[in-house]
Amino acid sequence: MSLSNILEDWSRYRKGHEQGGFHDYEHMWGMAIDLNKCIGCNACSVACYAENNLPVVGREKFSKGQAMHWMRIERYWDEPDLGDDRVSEFNQHGANFIPMNCQQCNAATCEPVCPVAATYHTPDGLNAQVYNRCIGSRYCSNNCPYRLRFFNFYSYYEESWPAPLEMQLNPDLSVRDKGVMEKCTFCVQRIRTVKDKAKMENRPVADGEAMPACAQTCPTSAIVFGDLLKHYDPDTDAPETKVVKTWRAHQVELRVTRQNKQNPDLRGYRVFEGLNTDPCVMFLERVREV
Amino acid sequence: MSKDINEDIRWAKINEDVLRSMENPRKGYWMAVAGCLILLAFAVVAEIYQYNVGMGPANLNWPHMWDLYIATFIFWIGMSHSGTLLSAILHIIHADWRKPIYRFAEAMTTFTLMTAGLFPIIHIGRLWNMYWVLPYFSDRGIWPNFRSPLVWDAFAISTYLTSSALFLYMGSIPDLAICRDTAKGWRKKLYTVLSLGWRGDDRQWRHFRKAYLLMACFLIPLAVSVHSIVSSDFAVSIMPGWHVTTFPPYFVAGALYSGCAAIITLFIMLRYFFRFEDYMTIPILEKTCKLTFAIAMVWTYLNIIEFSSVWYGHDPIAKELLWAKFTGPYAPYFWAMIFLGSVLPFTLAFEKLRRNIPVMLVVSLLLNLGMWLERWMIVTPTLSLAYAPAAHDVMWPSWVQWFIVLGSFGWFGLLFLIFVKVIPSVSMYEVKEMIFHRRHMANKDIAEVMHRRATDKKPKPASESPGLEGA
Repeated sequence: MSLSNILEDWSRYRKGHEQGGFHDYEHMWGMAIDLNKCIGCNACSVACYAENNLPVVGREKFSKGQAMHWMRIERYWDEPDLGDDRVSEFNQHGANFIPMNCQQCNAATCEPVCPVAATYHTPDGLNAQVYNRCIGSRYCSNNCPYRLRFFNFYSYYEESWPAPLEMQLNPDLSVRDKGVMEKCTFCVQRIRTVKDKAKMENRPVADGEAMPACAQTCPTSAIVFGDLLKHYDPDTDAPETKVVKTWRAHQVELRVTRQNKQNPDLRGYRVFEGLNTDPCVMFLERVREV
Repeated sequence: MSKDINEDIRWAKINEDVLRSMENPRKGYWMAVAGCLILLAFAVVAEIYQYNVGMGPANLNWPHMWDLYIATFIFWIGMSHSGTLLSAILHIIHADWRKPIYRFAEAMTTFTLMTAGLFPIIHIGRLWNMYWVLPYFSDRGIWPNFRSPLVWDAFAISTYLTSSALFLYMGSIPDLAICRDTAKGWRKKLYTVLSLGWRGDDRQWRHFRKAYLLMACFLIPLAVSVHSIVSSDFAVSIMPGWHVTTFPPYFVAGALYSGCAAIITLFIMLRYFFRFEDYMTIPILEKTCKLTFAIAMVWTYLNIIEFSSVWYGHDPIAKELLWAKFTGPYAPYFWAMIFLGSVLPFTLAFEKLRRNIPVMLVVSLLLNLGMWLERWMIVTPTLSLAYAPAAHDVMWPSWVQWFIVLGSFGWFGLLFLIFVKVIPSVSMYEVKEMIFHRRHMANKDIAEVMHRRATDKKPKPASESPGLEGA
């Protein structure tokens, strides 16, 4: 092994890390959420509770900030004394809101800090959380700039689903016990089913086949979900996915900390991408009438 | 300037005085033990409750995932550093005034680490799986995540605890042999085992010195690294107020600071209860106070650096957080920390106050309160106000957290109370050394001989006094 070999290996290693660790992806599941279409109805959040066996913690624990909403609608009210022309606009039109679920960052800040590697990146481009491995040090939640990781402060399974409500639980995934961190998985149980089915039928996963509960439920189809790696393939003539199309239309790219758009009027943006977390969820800014 | 220690104390009296402190305890001792046990009982009740129900009753929430547990963990880890400062660093730089007071400081190191080590276990959600952070050989081939600062913590703290316990034990072997020679009954058996056949012959002393110096050299970088690693729990994260470059030296300075303050507290208590006035003298207290003052100023300086680098860094979120610390809901605690940590230590700068023992007792306790507040102000404001505006929240700890924090003081007190009755809390052999040395330093001729290096030229003998080579 020569010196140049070593240096080449090293630079390849460094380059890989700049792009966010694991980068030998099969898929990279991503989203595009159009805030123009979002009406803030919270259906996505409810669907998430139903699909992912989220406990309903009750009024008291909710007010203490111990709720578990993987998908939440964040509401922002303008302060009345900002002295800005737009203030009256927002006061008339109500809150600004944005649905936030785990951004499935490719350079996730939660991953390196977990002492037992309970959260890691899968070849699907998902930021996975292994409940069985989690010891509940809660460092991941502290290091998540979006604060999108939720901790089981209690054992909820007796209170949240009194008989016969336990019959409504989704059998495809577990009910988490106290002391475990959890978060949005992009409905990984659905993705697994779709992938297994496609594998048995010996074909690639089709666009729109995998669909998380929030995207399925959204009454205005504000959430587009799909594989960010499926660009147009001239060999097989497979079309690009809808989510890739949306990202491209808004000139939003992965692996950058600042988008370099030719047209600054395009609405696409990623939340906190300046922190180099490289999130896989793109939002389309809401345009409001003045 | 008065002398550090009276040079005319007979060596038999030293043994007598120190061994007297280990005799059958009096009523006050048992009351102190009872007090510690009550505090500990509160913590045990709270912990059993928390174990059964979950972390919810502690008033941890989203986003306050960490709170007093981690703050108190850093506090105890920090306090452990001054034992090493006194016993290892001052040993290497030949500051012999440390000799009467280093033993209990070293014990404090070990016991604060044993207290601190409980907190990560108490704080994690599934403490029955705590051992997963250790790299044991698993059938499933699963390893901990070596990139995580929490794993570094586990290594650093267990290494530091092991070596500081060894250092404490090794340094007290000659004293344990003195205990063996005078003890009766079951204690005789205990000290016979503990003193490892120490006879005090020349060969043993030479090996002992070498091993002691080696351990001292090993401990110094370890002590610095331990708190740097604890600081990386915060510095490695990307949160404003945590992601601070100066955190490792800042934590080490804070650690030495609170440790020195704790040494002053324990110094005064031991001096009072065990009548150690001959050994723990006012000049030694003064030297400790000066050391504490110097460290307090370093700590203040690093605080100013942190604030100003945030200010000039123009990171809007870090700036907002800093401003929230100054004026937000935690502001009273923040300003209390600044007052106790940076203003109050100026009492240590005045000789009149330094020599006043009741004042120093109160000041040292308040300094440690300030340092505890400092750790709380590192952990909590960042959690209450970070990037996501939806997760801005103020949460106060519940009785579960407070009971466990108070109980940790009971646990530490209990360990320390057991220690003073089992191991001599003043190092007898080193006090004798110190007196011997000082007595001879008073004589100019002898001092010249003893300080001469092997390569120096021998001066002509001024008188016909007997040679002292190898004394």
